[in-house]
Amino acid sequence: MSKMVTLTIDGIEVKAPEGSTVLEAAKLANIKIPTLCYLKGINEIGACRICVVDVGAKNLQAACVYPVAEGMKVITNSPKVREARRVTLELILSNHDRKCLTCVRNENCELQNLAKELHVDDIRFEGKTNEYTIDDFSDSIVRDPNKCILCRRCVSVCKNIQTVSAIETNERGFDTIVASPFNMSLKDTPCVNCGQCINVCPVGALREKDNIDRVWKALADPDLHVVVQTAPAVRVAIGEEFGLPIGTRCTGKMVAALKRLGFDKVFDTNTGADLTIMEEGTELIERIKNGGKLPLITSCSPGWIKFIEHNYPDLLDHLSTCKSPQIMLGAIIKSYYAKKMGIDPAKIFVVSVMPCTAKKFEVKRPELSATGYPDVDVSITTREAARMIKEAGIDFNSLPDEHFDDPMGDATGAAVIFGATGGVMEAALRTVVDLLTGKDNEDIEYKAVRGLDGIKVAEVKAGDLTLRAAVAHGLANARKIMDQIREGKADYHFVEIMACPGGCINGGGQPIQPAKVRNEIDVCAERAKAIYSEDENNPIRKSHKNEKIKKLYEEFLEKPGSRKAHELLHTHYHQRENYPEECCGIV
Amino acid sequence: MTCKCENNCADQKEQELLKIIEKHKGKKGALIPVLHDAQDLYGYLPLQVQKIISEQMNIPLAEIYGVVTFYTQFSLHKKGKYQIRVCLGTACYVKGSGKIYEELKKELNLSGDGTTEDGLFSLESCRCIGACGLAPVIMINDDVYGELTPADIPEIIKKYRDRKQGQ
Repeated sequence: MSKMVTLTIDGIEVKAPEGSTVLEAAKLANIKIPTLCYLKGINEIGACRICVVDVGAKNLQAACVYPVAEGMKVITNSPKVREARRVTLELILSNHDRKCLTCVRNENCELQNLAKELHVDDIRFEGKTNEYTIDDFSDSIVRDPNKCILCRRCVSVCKNIQTVSAIETNERGFDTIVASPFNMSLKDTPCVNCGQCINVCPVGALREKDNIDRVWKALADPDLHVVVQTAPAVRVAIGEEFGLPIGTRCTGKMVAALKRLGFDKVFDTNTGADLTIMEEGTELIERIKNGGKLPLITSCSPGWIKFIEHNYPDLLDHLSTCKSPQIMLGAIIKSYYAKKMGIDPAKIFVVSVMPCTAKKFEVKRPELSATGYPDVDVSITTREAARMIKEAGIDFNSLPDEHFDDPMGDATGAAVIFGATGGVMEAALRTVVDLLTGKDNEDIEYKAVRGLDGIKVAEVKAGDLTLRAAVAHGLANARKIMDQIREGKADYHFVEIMACPGGCINGGGQPIQPAKVRNEIDVCAERAKAIYSEDENNPIRKSHKNEKIKKLYEEFLEKPGSRKAHELLHTHYHQRENYPEECCGIV
Repeated sequence: MTCKCENNCADQKEQELLKIIEKHKGKKGALIPVLHDAQDLYGYLPLQVQKIISEQMNIPLAEIYGVVTFYTQFSLHKKGKYQIRVCLGTACYVKGSGKIYEELKKELNLSGDGTTEDGLFSLESCRCIGACGLAPVIMINDDVYGELTPADIPEIIKKYRDRKQGQ
């Protein structure tokens, strides 16, 4: 136990652990101090000065960084404090592009809410405002510096959590701007499109590249057969967009809503996940048996793939050649399903609803078009899907539960856990252990690879073999494992890496929870609980037991790792240059 | 960096840059001294130079660029053969250095701080250069010109232009 200190906040005596901040102590006394740049665990730098309090010093101090001390007297609510906060906020607002009505973050904007809370009914300061070019060259992320309030949360998450550092605070004073070096577009930087910057942005300065119009257009085209597929993590988060509690399972309602939007078929990306396990599991067993490159590393996360292409090109042969589940499913839709239904693949339009912004970049990779057409035509985020449902006037919460369509609608519990960190590993172990031992093993919950520790390792017995597995999520953790591999210090057989902290449930395309929620609730843990309960409630929990997948192999693919499977379901990777020199600024 | 001349001076410079980095590498706060020395070597800090520093020091380019643009002493643009610094500090400013700066912009056909197309002049506004008694003051390389009026500017510039032709 750390030593406790006693202080008073607004006359209330509080005991707080030594080293904690005034903000944390105030919370213990149920006193709310407004914050703006502060985001627990991500950004604690006292930059915005909204949380200032009077600690009896000459100047007001930022509560989010000011440490408590014995006998300290703090005043959080006085004319001086209120005026300081208000002036600060008015100054921020005076140089903010206040197009709230047409902003993607309207009604989910921390700045807007703060202006309301602090009762800003007028902005007294008028003067020069910055006018910047919007960077919308990236396939995934749009950056609008005119809305940026310089809180630096995005810089912090990109640098510290992801170790990507595609953006930084540049210039100084009034000219300060969060941007990439030499004002390059994010497209030309080592940005991996993970979208974590979007999830932490308090305003609309960072958002996904919106592809809704392309989907509406396809849906309105009578010549197109438009199918949609949804990733595992979407179903446990989309409800948040409709006011449901974090961690509400909405699979049935989500399917019903998508059917009402007019999709001809609603498929489950989980089928692609089961297929991934069959292919990747086979790849792992072959590499172990034939002395192939180990550890084998998962390839589901497109943010992670771009990261390794930029940062560890020398280790690309460790990657599984498997396409990601959404791409696998897209390829199967345009080949197997097209043939089965007698539809020209040219007339099939595949939309994916993903918790991810990097998927938008992934679908545009030219190598991912097995049938000569893009495996997936458009990828939209969970947020975009919710926007479409709202725009169509569908009352999500009162929808009945409906089921995914055949033949890509019955997936296993193994597939749904792909949505949480450790899930791909656990799903793979369920199948690989069975295949290696030739038994139907009953112990299938690999708890060691679950949970939110940054790096998780496990040893699993499969007959004579002890499988050594490691799981990392968040790219700073991935970097640690990759450095070990590069130094020859990692003797794992199989490594799962997800770009986003927590895995896909916390992907850059998921509903945005504001700091006031994230500071109190572990959003990842709540969504993960829902994912694992989807698994528990599924009667089939091993990918190789999926009857539809068995049939797919029998009728079409022959067997995992077959020539046909390779043509449709596998791919390759290539080194990417960081900051190509021919690229100049966007301004 | 590609160099048009035949004696591999770009490569030589890169070797020197690597030596500079080696000298400071591993020390706490090494980035700013490296940037200073690199700027002395190249005259400015273009993308190619920052990329080498980033790779060698294992510091993200974004962070380096953030530092370079934060401090006015670092430049992203190649300086001219004749570097003109105009003091816009308080003493010079009240004595009319703003008008001197405007006249220089006109004379050099620049819209602000920058380098002329022929690479002969670069214009840079700065704060006090320690010659307040001579306000308003400009410096061209190491030459100091004081007690100026806008009317003096064309002749001063001409002197340097003629010098080029003379060479």
